[in-house]
Amino acid sequence: MQPLPSPPGRLRAFGRRYAVGILLVLGFGLARLPFERGLARERVANSVNSVALDLSVRERVTQNEFIAALGGFRSLVADLLWIEALTDWERVEYGKMNLKFGTVTTLVPHNVMFWDMAGWHMAYNASVAVMEDPKEPKIAVRKKRQREYFVLGRDYIEHGIKNNPQSATLYHMLGEIEQRKFEDHLAASAAYEKASECPHAMTYEKRDAAYELAKVPGREREAWQRLRALYDMGPQERLPTLETDLRDLEEKLQLPPEQRVYKPR
Amino acid sequence: MPAAVESPSATPLARKVKHRFFSPARVWALATNTLTELVRLKVFYFLLIFALLQIGSSLLFVRFTFQGQFQMLKDTSLGAMSIFTSMLAILATANLLPKDVEDRTLYTILAKPVPRFEYLTGKLLGVFLLLLISILVMGAMFAVVLWWRVHVVAGEILSGGEPPDAVNQNLSELYASAYDPALWAGGLIIYTKAALLASLTLFVSTFATSSIFTISVSVAGVFIGQLLGTARDYWQTTGTLAPNSLLDVAFFKPVVLIFPDLQAFNLVEEIIAGAHVAPWLVAKTIGLGVTYVLVYLFAGYFMFAKREI
Repeated sequence: MQPLPSPPGRLRAFGRRYAVGILLVLGFGLARLPFERGLARERVANSVNSVALDLSVRERVTQNEFIAALGGFRSLVADLLWIEALTDWERVEYGKMNLKFGTVTTLVPHNVMFWDMAGWHMAYNASVAVMEDPKEPKIAVRKKRQREYFVLGRDYIEHGIKNNPQSATLYHMLGEIEQRKFEDHLAASAAYEKASECPHAMTYEKRDAAYELAKVPGREREAWQRLRALYDMGPQERLPTLETDLRDLEEKLQLPPEQRVYKPR
Repeated sequence: MPAAVESPSATPLARKVKHRFFSPARVWALATNTLTELVRLKVFYFLLIFALLQIGSSLLFVRFTFQGQFQMLKDTSLGAMSIFTSMLAILATANLLPKDVEDRTLYTILAKPVPRFEYLTGKLLGVFLLLLISILVMGAMFAVVLWWRVHVVAGEILSGGEPPDAVNQNLSELYASAYDPALWAGGLIIYTKAALLASLTLFVSTFATSSIFTISVSVAGVFIGQLLGTARDYWQTTGTLAPNSLLDVAFFKPVVLIFPDLQAFNLVEEIIAGAHVAPWLVAKTIGLGVTYVLVYLFAGYFMFAKREI
């Protein structure tokens, strides 16, 4: 029968076991670091790497929210701030709302909905509110502030596109802001065209791109070619606006009858 | 002539049963017993809170657009799943060894030919089963609430009096924003993270002297794990932490090597946001989590193997 080890011997065996346990964890730590760095790089390459939290975020959220964000619950903090921002909207406090939108989009930059809604609120709601601000008697100042909100709205959408380059929703919103707020039809057409190239794009994006191009002086022939191509795709594309634009462009370009869809009377 | 008498050594009772070094059956028995013990502690009551949270949040977000509603419902549900499973993993595991010592169950088990590695594996597997049941039930509750909200919103769209084209488009947008198959991958990552935290907690409890110590270190591990990447970037970009400086060698590197980098598991947030996450990225993250579990289990065994109980 093997004798029991003496107390110092038992202690040594015990210490050896502890050392092996700790060395195993440290050794695994060394081995996993290159893998984790590689994984982080792949996340960046796959555009799913969250932006690191910095002190600027800390200044804009409460301590609890910052801790929650650090604890891996950014989406929840973002939702909470979003709800607060909508309360600011109801109180017509667009400055505060803008600050919160900035924090929300920093926390969750790959959430398209937040960029889309932030851009829409700034370009549509805030811009209208400052134009109707009874506290500001000067129309020129109101218009200046309105334009600032248009630009702010567009900035949100453009930043959103940088973070989500495959989002048809954001390209469409950019097109709408360029079309309706800046009346830059060429830029609007380019944005709708980009939207049509994104995955899960709506079928109307290509039509919208052509409609906007038709409004750009000097681009009538190109617009007609695009509208004609859509017309030739079949009855599902022959909507009233498309037919009207096509007819107007044929008149404007003085096309020979054999090229026209609508023959002159 | 008398009948031949069979040798007593040949009877089944007397046949010597060979003891196997590792027996899945013993591990399973320990795991199911651990699960039963945990269930008797009424840990599943937290599911009631989860259910209330689900119903409350789904009603709170009614005033938003349906994209906003579903986004926030997903954020709240998966966020709550992550919080509950992480808490459950740490709290349930931290108490396993101290409770067995207190109840003297540990002596009864280890007096039998049950290796300590099997004991630890069985205990951990029991917690994994508990986490699996929890996440499946929470997932089912989430699916029911999501289906209910989709049903309500679809009814509103259909009765809105819009032209058929607009109705079809709205319905397709509704289904696209509500149902995302990638959410299953999110659930899997949440489970892996919880399993990792359970194994980290078990590792700490093999050398800890109290449950409070185990829980404190494990919760600190969660925060450190979430902060590691950010802290490293901040210190390196601001020059506060020069490579191989005293601070780097004596403090930062040991912390990085010991604690898991949990930022890798934040992939869930991107999945909720609807970002396209490549399947191999999900697979690698889960693989990393499984490796963490195995390493902490083996390290825990080395700590526990010769421990005086």
